[in-house]
Amino acid sequence: MIKAILIFNNHGKPRLSKFYEHYNEDTEQQIIRETFHLVSKRDENVCNFLEGGMLIGGSENRLIYRHYATLYFVFCVDSSESELGILDLIQVFVETLDKCFENVCELDLIFHVDKVHNILAEMVMGGMVLETNMNEIIIQVDAQNKMEKSETFIFQSPRQDR
Amino acid sequence: MPAVSKGDGMRGLAVFISDIRNCKSKEAEIKRINKELANIRSKFKGDKALDGYSKKKYVCKLLFIFLLGHDIDFGHMEAVNLLSSNKYTEKQIGYLFISVLVNSNSDLISLINNAIKNDLSSRNPTFMNLALHCIANVGSREMAEAFAAEVPRILVAGDTMDSVKQSAALCLLRLNRTSPDLVLMGEWTTRVVHLLNDQHLGVVTAATSLITTLAQKSPEDFKTSVSLAVARLSRIVSSASTDLQDYTYYFVAAPWLSVKLLRLLQCYPPPEDGAIRGRLTECLETILNKAQEPPKSKKVQHSNAKNAVLFEAISLIIHHDSEPTLLVRACNQLGQFLQHRETNLRYLALESMCTLASSEFSHEAVKTHIETVINALKSERDVSVRQRAVDLLYAMCDRSNAKQIVAEMLSYLETADYSIREEIVLKVAILAEKYAVDYTWYVDTILNLIRFAGDYVSDEVWYRVIQIVINRDEVQGYAAKTVFEALQAPACHENLVKVGGYILGEFGNLIAGDSRSSPLIQFDLLHSKFHLCSVPTRALLLSAYIKFINLFPEVKGTIQEVLRSDSQLRNADVELQQRAVEYLRLSCIASTDILATVLEEMPPFPERESSILAKLKRKKGPGNLHPDLDENRKERSVNGGTVATSPTPSTDLLGLGSTIATQNSAPPASKGASLLVDVFSENISAFPVETPVAVGPVADENFSRDILYTGGLLVGIQSWESIPYIKPKNTDMRYLPLAPFPSRFVCKNNGVLYENQLLQIGLKSEFRQNLGRMYVFFGNKTSTQFMNFAASVVCQDTLQAHILYYKLLYPTVDGGAQLQQILNIECVSDFVDAPVLNIQFRYGGTLQNIAVKLPITLNKFFQPTEMTSQDFFQRWKQLGAPQQEVQNIFKAKHSMDTEVTKAKIMGFGAALLDGVDPNPSNFVGAGVIHTKTTQVGCLLRLEPNIQAQMYRLTLRTSRDTVSQRLCDLLSEQF
Repeated sequence: MIKAILIFNNHGKPRLSKFYEHYNEDTEQQIIRETFHLVSKRDENVCNFLEGGMLIGGSENRLIYRHYATLYFVFCVDSSESELGILDLIQVFVETLDKCFENVCELDLIFHVDKVHNILAEMVMGGMVLETNMNEIIIQVDAQNKMEKSETFIFQSPRQDR
Repeated sequence: MPAVSKGDGMRGLAVFISDIRNCKSKEAEIKRINKELANIRSKFKGDKALDGYSKKKYVCKLLFIFLLGHDIDFGHMEAVNLLSSNKYTEKQIGYLFISVLVNSNSDLISLINNAIKNDLSSRNPTFMNLALHCIANVGSREMAEAFAAEVPRILVAGDTMDSVKQSAALCLLRLNRTSPDLVLMGEWTTRVVHLLNDQHLGVVTAATSLITTLAQKSPEDFKTSVSLAVARLSRIVSSASTDLQDYTYYFVAAPWLSVKLLRLLQCYPPPEDGAIRGRLTECLETILNKAQEPPKSKKVQHSNAKNAVLFEAISLIIHHDSEPTLLVRACNQLGQFLQHRETNLRYLALESMCTLASSEFSHEAVKTHIETVINALKSERDVSVRQRAVDLLYAMCDRSNAKQIVAEMLSYLETADYSIREEIVLKVAILAEKYAVDYTWYVDTILNLIRFAGDYVSDEVWYRVIQIVINRDEVQGYAAKTVFEALQAPACHENLVKVGGYILGEFGNLIAGDSRSSPLIQFDLLHSKFHLCSVPTRALLLSAYIKFINLFPEVKGTIQEVLRSDSQLRNADVELQQRAVEYLRLSCIASTDILATVLEEMPPFPERESSILAKLKRKKGPGNLHPDLDENRKERSVNGGTVATSPTPSTDLLGLGSTIATQNSAPPASKGASLLVDVFSENISAFPVETPVAVGPVADENFSRDILYTGGLLVGIQSWESIPYIKPKNTDMRYLPLAPFPSRFVCKNNGVLYENQLLQIGLKSEFRQNLGRMYVFFGNKTSTQFMNFAASVVCQDTLQAHILYYKLLYPTVDGGAQLQQILNIECVSDFVDAPVLNIQFRYGGTLQNIAVKLPITLNKFFQPTEMTSQDFFQRWKQLGAPQQEVQNIFKAKHSMDTEVTKAKIMGFGAALLDGVDPNPSNFVGAGVIHTKTTQVGCLLRLEPNIQAQMYRLTLRTSRDTVSQRLCDLLSEQF
């Protein structure tokens, strides 16, 4: 099972956090910090797996991460997941984001948190992998956007929008 | 066209985010956020009804603020309102807010459930998916109660869309995780199994995940999934199928599904049906073959996906552990990976090989890779990989390669990362002991450990080397010589001083013949380290000095001078001061004979499980990394796998009618702690020289701390000569009224055990593993003296709790005074009857006899064990034999207060496991009963029924007598 999915940048600023087990807000923030600390001190080109931090269950859990330019994508999983499988899942996630946002960059994640959550929800649900086929995911996301467009068209009025 | 165009976001949100990003300081950011929160709050509270778009925008802002780490304490209601909107966008943002921000015990759940219910019955697949996602993400018990029956219906309904089926499968899986008792198997189970044949691979993948989890819960119900899974897997790996749709990932056919199917098969033993088994073997061979083919793409994703399947196949081969050819092929494949340029593969290969090393078929094959693994230890840049290499070396170690492996680990230790040093130290210590052929090598190894990584050598490690040296004559001389040499180093670690002090104190005489290590030189060497050491070490050294006085009368003067110095006699530390005073006095007044007896060499330690191994197990969690083949395989067996530990008939050891009479014969196991020396008494001649006692700085690993730190070593007793003990004349205690102990003592260790008009008996006790110590206080409630006071303990023949040592030496108890007796207790094997304390004294001319049962019950030897829900249920299942379970349904005798019950279970000794039982009103506990002969794992579950004022208590342990006894004891408590 996937326990948490975290995205943060090279300075440790969280860009997305999704926990599939309940922690209180403080602990969640601490887990993000701890995970950043563990992951960021590692060299490039070392392996992509390491034991989880103490807050999220220590050696029972494993952190599987990839580092892309300015962002770290970290999945915290228990022993029932295949490490390489999750590594590929991260790749699918990023490729999907790339397709959806066209050359995705950190700013896209900042300004469209809700979209990123929605895309992730098409892939992972309640800590379990839902869909791994990128085309399928994009079809779903497209369908959502169409619905959204049609609704925005009706609702958004040209006015001071703050 | 990009699916999300960048311009169409909400402008207000974008502006807010930009503002935050432009903030120069944390304060400015907080200020801006507070301003925004106030704005949103007023908007939400305002009279003007907000349109859906604004609500959505504000909720998005709140989400962003939450992500930055700020608490959000409002907006929940607005989010819930959004759920009932008909607009997709509004509904969606509402669900998003709830799945990120609402935790499972929110009081809004019933409102949310309502909205979910509407969406589930809407027949709109998008809305249904949103609702299912929400259930899966929140996963609370209320939701499980509301939807555990509905979700399976959606899952197997003929007209459900594929995407909804996928979501429903995972949603059900999540509910089963959080509330397994609410997910009831039904006629839907067979239909779920048939989802493995579904056209849509996404549905199959989700269903496989679901079945894997459910099969662990009730393997029988899902047995038919094995043949379907094999068939499906076979179609994928042979690429015969054309129904792979888009599930080919970088030229690998459906890698995720393959991985999941292989995981599912690991829930079951190898298929019995020959045809299915043959087909599976074929699949596994094909997967292994593919690894040798040239890659179809240079992209790392291609090899990743391919290897994900391969590693899972290898796991399955290891799990089945039945096909020697496959095991060896798997091992060779992993061997190739050990040298692969991808770090990830090296890491995983090392890890998989660890489990492979424990199979008898492949242990030898794993060993052939030793050089590569050692090389990995030396040259890997990544500490996680090096750690796996250490694990593997430990797992592959046996008698043939122990010396090499230990040597390599030792040399690695000098440069090892700090984070893993302690673990390596423990591993080296265990291997060195386990595979020691000659103990000189063992001693050298441990001393090297201390030299290279003294800070990481825990007490257990150095206790253990001392135990072994004491128990083995042949190594004592060598040990003395070696520590003597090691102590020559100008700077040596304090742990070395401890070992050195102890060993020279015991065996220094064995090397004293050599003029280079004469007694005086030995003493000077030790004493040169004295001032640099901490208090416990100094205390130990003082004990070594007094032992020297006995071993070498010629240095007596020198040592007495040291003891007499102000820095000792007036040391600020009471422990050191007391030792100096007592030792000095002892050396002055005792004759050589007495000295020789008191300071005799330590008797051998009883053999028991290595404390180091226990420590490593604690560190790594149970079931990991035991080098012993059989044990490791036991841990891995899952459903229908092998091994159920059969309860062996208890080998009862001594019942030992231990009364005061034994005081004058030799105590059964004279431990260092059983020392009673009166050094102040005027009447030295009364010293009972026939009792062999020995002074030792470390008595026993379990008690050593007390001895080192509490000054329990020498106990001055004022009136030894008055010991004449009156053996009870009317010794037939059966006629005495026997007071049972109050049942609260089952869960408590301290309190008043017995009271009448004359006497009060109080207790304080502590238990650790199979040992215990009980302080018994006798209080005289009258104003008259009790004469000829005597207390003794009788263990009945059937009793295996074993009183090792006690003292009670005051024949009189003054009016209003209290005296104390100490009992050391060892649990030899599981037992039922409690020992009886007999007290006899004369009060105003009449002889009083009192007999009370001591509250020493089996559960006192409980060590709590924390475990996850998954572990718990796995073990629970493993202990499924009818004689291992004992159940009792009984009426509550006390009020059924949750907190009180919790406290009682913890007092009983088990770890109270929160969140394991799906029903929060039930209590679940786990622990291990330690006895000298064996350890018995115990699981317990207590289900209260408030309406009926009843409880149901279920105990499962590996031994029927233990289950029964614990159930009896605990049932009395509620």
